[in-house]
Amino acid sequence: MSSAREEILARIRQACSGDAESAAASYAEITRQYQQAAKLSREEILGLLTERLIEYDAHVYRARETEIAALCRELFARRGAKRIVVPGDLPGAWQSGAEFVADEDLDARELDRFDGVMTAATLAIAETGTIVLQNAHAQGRRAISLVPDYHLCVVREQDVVETVVEGMRLLEATRHLPTTLFSGPSATADIEMTRIKGVHGPRFVDIVILGA
Amino acid sequence: MSETELDPRVAPSFPKAAKASLRDAQLRANVRRATDTIQAKRHKLVEEKKDWQELRESARQIRAHVLEHLRVYLEEFERNFTRAGGHVHWARNDREAQEIVVAIAKEAGADEVIKIKSMTTEEIHLNDALEAAGIHAYETDLAELIIQLGHDRPSHIVVPALHKNRAQIREIFLREMHLTELGENPADLAEAARKFLREKFLRVQTAVSGANFLIAETGGVCIVESEGNGRMCLTLPETLISVVGIEKVIPRFADLEVFLQVLARSATGERMNPYNSIWSGVTPGDGPRNMHVVLLDNARTAVLADSEGRQTLQCIRCAACLNACPVYRQTGGHAYGSVYAGPIGAILTPQLMEMQHGESLPYASSLCGACYEVCPVKINIPEVLIHLRNKVVAQKGWYAPEALAMKAMASVFRSERRFRAAQRLARMAQLPLARRDLPIVGQDAPTGQDSGSGWVKWLPGIFGGWTQTRDLRAIPRESFREWWESRLT
Amino acid sequence: MRVALFITCYNDTLFPETGKAVVQVLERLGHTVEFPAGQTCCGQMHWNTGYEEEALPLVARFVEQFEHAEAVVVPSSSCVAMMRDHYPLAAARIAREGGDQTLVERVAALLPRVWEFTEFLTKKLELTDVGAYYPHRVTYHASCHGLRNLGLGDGPEKLLKAVSGLELVEIERKEQCCGFGGTFAVKNADVSGAMLEEKLQAVLKTGAEECTACDNSCLMHMGGGLHRMRAGVGTIHIAEILAGEDTRAK
Repeated sequence: MSSAREEILARIRQACSGDAESAAASYAEITRQYQQAAKLSREEILGLLTERLIEYDAHVYRARETEIAALCRELFARRGAKRIVVPGDLPGAWQSGAEFVADEDLDARELDRFDGVMTAATLAIAETGTIVLQNAHAQGRRAISLVPDYHLCVVREQDVVETVVEGMRLLEATRHLPTTLFSGPSATADIEMTRIKGVHGPRFVDIVILGA
Repeated sequence: MSETELDPRVAPSFPKAAKASLRDAQLRANVRRATDTIQAKRHKLVEEKKDWQELRESARQIRAHVLEHLRVYLEEFERNFTRAGGHVHWARNDREAQEIVVAIAKEAGADEVIKIKSMTTEEIHLNDALEAAGIHAYETDLAELIIQLGHDRPSHIVVPALHKNRAQIREIFLREMHLTELGENPADLAEAARKFLREKFLRVQTAVSGANFLIAETGGVCIVESEGNGRMCLTLPETLISVVGIEKVIPRFADLEVFLQVLARSATGERMNPYNSIWSGVTPGDGPRNMHVVLLDNARTAVLADSEGRQTLQCIRCAACLNACPVYRQTGGHAYGSVYAGPIGAILTPQLMEMQHGESLPYASSLCGACYEVCPVKINIPEVLIHLRNKVVAQKGWYAPEALAMKAMASVFRSERRFRAAQRLARMAQLPLARRDLPIVGQDAPTGQDSGSGWVKWLPGIFGGWTQTRDLRAIPRESFREWWESRLT
Repeated sequence: MRVALFITCYNDTLFPETGKAVVQVLERLGHTVEFPAGQTCCGQMHWNTGYEEEALPLVARFVEQFEHAEAVVVPSSSCVAMMRDHYPLAAARIAREGGDQTLVERVAALLPRVWEFTEFLTKKLELTDVGAYYPHRVTYHASCHGLRNLGLGDGPEKLLKAVSGLELVEIERKEQCCGFGGTFAVKNADVSGAMLEEKLQAVLKTGAEECTACDNSCLMHMGGGLHRMRAGVGTIHIAEILAGEDTRAK
C-alpha cells in the first residue's frame, strides 16, 4: 500500500499536468494590473495612516525623536500603565514614565501581569491602517505584543508606505521571520455583525509616528 | 438550540431542511440583519477600491495557476516547512486526518487543546474525534465558542453564529459559563468570552488550527483573524497542529499582496483583518516548538480532476457569496446540511462527497449570479451549479419521471409542428383549472397582464409547488404566432 | 433595419401581448419585423436544470432559424443570457462529440447580432425616447440575468423615464432576485415563495400601480404572487409600456 503522501500526489499528477518547469513560465504570465506604487505625497500618506488607524480605534500621535520620551510619559500616565514589558533592544531614550522590564523569555502568565508593552515596528501601511511587527529590531517575539492589554507602538515616518503591495514587497527581504500585521486593537463582529473593540489581543493601542 | 447534524451523509434534502428553517422567524430576522450589515460594509469598501476588478482577476489567475501546478507547490511547501523545523503530514480522508491530530496531541501529552476557528476541522468533525480520544477541545473564536457552548452548529463560514442574536447568546453564556449576571450589549458578551478563555490561553499547551494560506516559497503559514484568539493559539502553546486542505497553498510570499487585500474586504468588509499572522516553521524562542501541518485531501483531488468543477477549489473561504445569496438570506446555513453553507457550499459539498450525497444542493439556487459577482477569485458558481446538475441528472438516469418529462418537452421544442400542437393541448388541458377573476368591490382591475383567460390557482403533481404561493396566469386563447399569422392574412 | 423577432416559447404561449408590443414599437420606429416560423425554444430550461444534452439540438435549431437575420430581438433577458453564456459552450460540445463542426463559428457570428429588446433600443439604436405614453406609476424590477449576465445597467430605466406620463418609482433592494429561477420555483417552492414574499413587499412599498421588467418569467412569478394576494398591483412587460401611445389628441 502506498503512503497517503504518494497516493495524494499521484492523484494530483493524474488530474493536472503542471510540473516545475511549466510552473515558472505560467507564474510569470499572471497579470497584475492592480495599483502597486504610491500615488500620494508623503504628508498625505501620513495623514491617511492616521485617519485609518483612528477609524479602527487606535490612538495616533506624532513626535520627533527629541519629543518621544515626554510623549511616552504622558501616554503611560493617561493609560495608568506602570509596568511595561519591552524587547531587550528597544532604544533606551524612549523608555520613560514607567517601570520597564526587558523580555527574557517571560512566560505567558508573567506577561499577563504587565500593564502594557512598548515596541517599535517594521513598517506601516497607510491605506489599510496596518502596522507590521516582526521578530526583529526592537519588536521582540510575538507573545510580548499580544498578551498585555495595552500596546504602545512606535513606527518611523520613513517606514510608512501607502499601499499593501508596497508593504508586502518591503517585507520580502525578511519574509521568513514571524510576522504579525495588525490593524487597530483586537476586534470582533461575531455578535450581530456589530464591531466590538477588544477581545483577546491588546484592547488599547497607541501608535506614535516618529519623525526625524 | 439546533440539533442540525451538518453531515451531508445524514442531512435531509435542502428543500426539506429549508422548509424547517423558513418557519423560524427569529433565525431569518437574525440572518437578514447580519448579512445586510456585512454586505453594506463590503460594498462601501469595494467601491472605494478603484483597482478591485484588477485584484480579483489576479487573485483568480494565481489560484487557477496553483491548481494546475498543485503538486509542485505542495512539494515545495513541504520541503521548506520541514527545513524550517516543522512536520508535514498527509491525510487522504477525514479519518486519517483525525488520527494524525489525535496522535500528535497525545504525544504532546495533551488532554485538552485550544482551537482557532477552522472550517476544515469542522469538515472532518475533529472535535468529536478528539473528544472520543479523551482530549477536550476549547473553541476560542467568539462565534465558535457560542456554537460550542450552545451545542449548536456553524451556519456561516466566517461568522458561524450569525444566526444567533445578542439575547440568545447571552442566554447561552449565562447558562454555560455559570454566570449570575451578564449585560446584553455585544461588548459585555465579548468581555465574558475574554474572561472565560484567558485562563485557557495561558494554560493549554497544544493548539489546533486551520490556515488561510500556505506559502510554498517560504514554507509559510498565514492565518487571518480579528480577535487575537488566533495569535494566542499560534504563539503561546508548545505545539501547534494546523489542518489544511491541499488547495490552500499559494506560490510566493508576494502573492499575499493580492489575497490579503481581497480577503478582508470580501469577508468582513474591512480594509484589512485586525490580525494577520505569518510564520515559517519553528522560530527558536518565538512561538511553538512543535509545528505540524496536516495536508488534507478528502476528495479534493477528485474535484481537481473535474475540469469544470475544479474552479471550486479556488475558494479562499471569504463567505461573500453567502452574504450576497438571496437563498441563504431566507434559510440561513443549517439548511445546507454541511459545514459549508450558501452558494460555495452548494457546489463544494456534493463534490467533496463525490456526488454520493448532497444531490439536492446544486438545485438550491435560483442562478441569480449574485455569488459570482462578489466572488474575489471569480468562481463562476452558477456555471458549476449547472455542471453539477448535469451530474445529478446523469446519476438518476433517464427513467426518472423528471427526466422523462424533460425529454418529452425537448422533443416538443425540436419540431414546430409538435410545439404548436403542445400549445393547443396545454390551452385545453387548463380549461378545468382556469378561473376568471370576480371584480373586487371598490378596486379597479389591475392594469396588469390578465390574459383574458383568467388564472390558475391549483396545479397537480410537481407543478403544485408553483401554486403553493402563486397563481398562474392562464394561457390566452391565441398564441403570438397565431396572431402573427392572422395579421399577415 | 430588418429585425427578426425571437419571441421565446413562453412568451409565444403565455404572453402574446408582449410580442405584439415589440412589433408595434419596432414598426413605429420604422423597422421591418420578421418572424421565422420554425422557432421554438432557446433551450434555457433544459440547460439550467441539468439536461444539457437535450438543449443541444435547440441551440442548433436557433442558429438555423436566425443566422441570416440582420438583427435578432428577444423580449426576454434570461433567454439572451442563455445564448451569450452557453451557446458557445454548447456548440463546442457538439463539435467535440463529432456533430456539426461549423456550429462554433456560426454561433460566434450570430451572437453579436442578438439583442435583448431594451438593449436593442438603447445600445444598437441608441435611443432612450421611443415616443411612448403611459400615464401610470411604475416600478422597475431588474431581472438577474439582464442585470448581471447582460449588463443592461440603467438602460431600461432610461427608456422608462423618457415615457411621457410615466412616474418611475425606485424599489428597495433592486438587485435582489425575485426567487423565480426557472425550475427552482417548483423544486424549492418554499424558498422561492419566501424570496417572492420579500420582493412583493418591496413592490407594494413603492406604491406603484404596476411592476415592470425585461423578463416575463420574473413577472409571471411576481404577478402570480400579487394576484394571489389580491394586491391590486399588476405586472407588465416593458415592451408593453413602450408600445403605449397617446391617443388623447387624436
